[in-house]
Amino acid sequence: MAILACVLRIHSAAAFAARAATAHANDEPLRLAGESGHAGGRIVIALRSEPKTLNPLTATDGTSREVISTMQADLVHINRATQLTEPALAKSWKISADGLQYTLTLRQGLKFSDGHPVDIDDVLFTFRVYLDEGVHASQRDLLIVGGKPIVVRKVDAQTVQFVMPKPYGVAERLFDSLEILPRHLLEPAYKEGKLAQAGAMGTAPDQWAGLGAFRLKEYVAGQRLVLERNPYYWKTDEQGNRLPYLDEIVFLFVPSADAQVLRFQSGETDLISRLGAENFAVLSRQARDSTMADAGPGLEYNFLFFNLNELGDKAPAELARKQSWFRSEKFRLAVSLAIDREAILRLVYQGRGAALWGPVTPGNARWANAALRYPGRSLDKSRQLLAEAGFRLATGESAQPRLVDADGRPVEFSIVTSSSNADRAKMAALVEDDLKQLGMRVQVVPLEMRSLIDRVTQTKEYDACVLGIASFDADPNSDINVWLSSGGMHLWNPAQKHAATEWEAEIDRLMEQQLTATTSVQRKKLYDRVQEILVERQPMIFLASPDILVGAKKNIGNFHPAVLEPYVLWNVEQLYLRNGAENARR
Amino acid sequence: MSARSRLRTGVILFGLLHVGVVCAGFFAPYDPAAQDREHPYAPPMRPHFVDVNGRVHLRPFFYAQTLRVGSYDEYEENRASIIPVKFFVRGARYHLLGALPLRTHLFGGDLPLYLLGSDAYGRDLFSRVLFGAQVSLLAGLIGASLTLAIGLCIGAAAGFWGGWRDEALMRVAELFMALPWIYLLFAMRAFLPLAVPPLQAFVLVVVVFAAVGWARPARMVRGIVISAKERDFVRAARGFGASGGYLLRRHILPETAGVVLTQVAILGPQFVLAEMTLSFLGLGMPEPVPSWGNMLASLQHYNVLVSYWWMYLPVVIMVPFFLGYLLLASLLQENSGAAKIEVARSGV
Repeated sequence: MAILACVLRIHSAAAFAARAATAHANDEPLRLAGESGHAGGRIVIALRSEPKTLNPLTATDGTSREVISTMQADLVHINRATQLTEPALAKSWKISADGLQYTLTLRQGLKFSDGHPVDIDDVLFTFRVYLDEGVHASQRDLLIVGGKPIVVRKVDAQTVQFVMPKPYGVAERLFDSLEILPRHLLEPAYKEGKLAQAGAMGTAPDQWAGLGAFRLKEYVAGQRLVLERNPYYWKTDEQGNRLPYLDEIVFLFVPSADAQVLRFQSGETDLISRLGAENFAVLSRQARDSTMADAGPGLEYNFLFFNLNELGDKAPAELARKQSWFRSEKFRLAVSLAIDREAILRLVYQGRGAALWGPVTPGNARWANAALRYPGRSLDKSRQLLAEAGFRLATGESAQPRLVDADGRPVEFSIVTSSSNADRAKMAALVEDDLKQLGMRVQVVPLEMRSLIDRVTQTKEYDACVLGIASFDADPNSDINVWLSSGGMHLWNPAQKHAATEWEAEIDRLMEQQLTATTSVQRKKLYDRVQEILVERQPMIFLASPDILVGAKKNIGNFHPAVLEPYVLWNVEQLYLRNGAENARR
Repeated sequence: MSARSRLRTGVILFGLLHVGVVCAGFFAPYDPAAQDREHPYAPPMRPHFVDVNGRVHLRPFFYAQTLRVGSYDEYEENRASIIPVKFFVRGARYHLLGALPLRTHLFGGDLPLYLLGSDAYGRDLFSRVLFGAQVSLLAGLIGASLTLAIGLCIGAAAGFWGGWRDEALMRVAELFMALPWIYLLFAMRAFLPLAVPPLQAFVLVVVVFAAVGWARPARMVRGIVISAKERDFVRAARGFGASGGYLLRRHILPETAGVVLTQVAILGPQFVLAEMTLSFLGLGMPEPVPSWGNMLASLQHYNVLVSYWWMYLPVVIMVPFFLGYLLLASLLQENSGAAKIEVARSGV
């Protein structure tokens, strides 16, 4: 056995020697701790939709971002497991005492995946592009502080300085996912004003490069995207072997969740993420050659909200009447207290999740306000609140007493939910039954996702809605346009010109303050207050948060799923195949 | 077995099934929408007569099922807890035949009894199958009757008066047959207000079925009318000065009875299936109202397919209904008036 292990090691060392690109003595690769693996092999993963683009500037959908994260790199990176920042392309950084100047020093000897060397001009180019209004980069908002853009200055060949107009609360976390772009490939397109079209899915592999662990190899529309190992990658393992271990990653496009489960079960794919609890249970029961893991509560929060838009004279009379109930905080709190979140946990998530009372999930312990606890379901309290708000029960000829408002009109409304999301449809059905016990008549209306979003954000023709949001980062800023009254994702009343209520104005103030607060203790205090207001006023009735459920074939080494996206691919450079024979077969 | 006795058996079998469905509230132990959150995905319970001690019970009993500790869908039979079946028990309120409010159910127990198991919300599948049949079979019946009423009128008019009327009506019929009705329904559902009360949405959908489905029976009726109006006895009646309306009513339409009855029997299940398709697409009955269609919709989830075999039971139960309809159809065909005339004629 020992001999075999020895042979294997020699074999893999030889492989590394063959694969490593010529390295210089002054290279400064990032050495990663952890289990060392074997070189070679490929893994196959299913994506729920086809990525729209490989261009970090225009990517807004989850799958594009997931693919790009394996092909690009940032200056400072948030470790998805520890949720702390760590050096990436910048080997170090310094923040001035007044919090206004960030000085970052670039790693030596960096090369893009096409072998072109990286210098400070690439960094300057990148930020010029991000900040250019004409490019419409989704990252631009992050680089505007208090209405003014961040200024980027070259200090020397390895050093760059960022000058903030105001202290910026997120500090170096700002740089996470701001991918450094290859100037030599993109500058011509930028000058022609065609940057947004660059990196479209049909791009030839030699026309695209990045600083990530993998680079483009092949794309077959509607079928797969194949990435190959970047031989110039700037990370090594503990023994100094250049990462990544894998030769190839294949992304298959498999649109349905059930089909993904089948593919994983049949061994066609090696990794699976975003599993529903029920499919997870099935796979756990049947899995012999795979590791199924519950990474713990994630950052997704599911909630019910009412239509609180101010529609003025446009509003149909019926909706206006319903809105008079929805605007009552006692009504919303009564609904919230009547919902059996424990049942949602059991029936929807099979216990793999957490009941929510505020917006911050247990997966985000750093920012959750610990004082806000789910008080448990209380129908008595609900009834009392409804009575205080002028509602009463009318016992008609039908078996069940019905809740009526002060004018004697029955409380009836509909809840829209996405027909493609089985979990949320189930939640809505449970809520419907919970509210029946208060005498409310609720009808669940499953809608296709696009028409649902259209109703909520554009036409505003709905009563109530069950939706979910998965934050991409634990930091409160990642959801800032949900909480700001001017935000497009301020779902219950989006894109307000002026805050409609006193408490929304207060949330606006607090969120602005935390943006520029310098210490995280201060920020936490401000964000705690935001959570408190949200729980007091219940504009969103938070329901539950699912665990991050993932799986991998047993022969995949360094499989350490995280609760932040990309759940299983965040350490893609360290993933390896344990079984040498398996590699050969593939 | 003679045709007559086969017919009788078919009708009796069919009648019994339909009595069960019509009186669903009485035969079903629970409200079909009632959730039992302690028993999601409970497997069907088996009735027992002999307990663990070997004692024979005259009254059938069930063993209670409890969730295995730490599991959310695995149950174990609790042999210590016997639930004797009780008959004519008081339970959830229902309306017999849609009118008579009652609370008496055929059977029940002190603890929940799931003859066919329960679904994701712990709702009794047996009750849901019975109540769902009301919805689905009603859809079939209303849809088929409407379709045939329209088809009969248009087919008779086209066949009897002929000429340009025939041309016009038959071209319209062809147009309707060519319509991609599934997209039409999608569009129609989108035009309806967001929350249409279940029954209203359902009736609307049935009306559309009828409006779209009339073309085929209309063409069949037209064919029969054309051949019938040339028959000797019709010509004779016409010669004696009978009016068009009288001829249609007295001599021609009775000729179409065979086709019409057969079509009822065939279209009935077809519309039940159509309702299933719609529910499957999320266009049919909204939860928690049960219909056979939305009961089958849960089968599109992989985990349900592989983990809970009893979720297939509604399919098994549908089979005798559809077989019954088809058996009835073929018997009606054999016994239809037109066929009898043919038989009589060849006998002469």
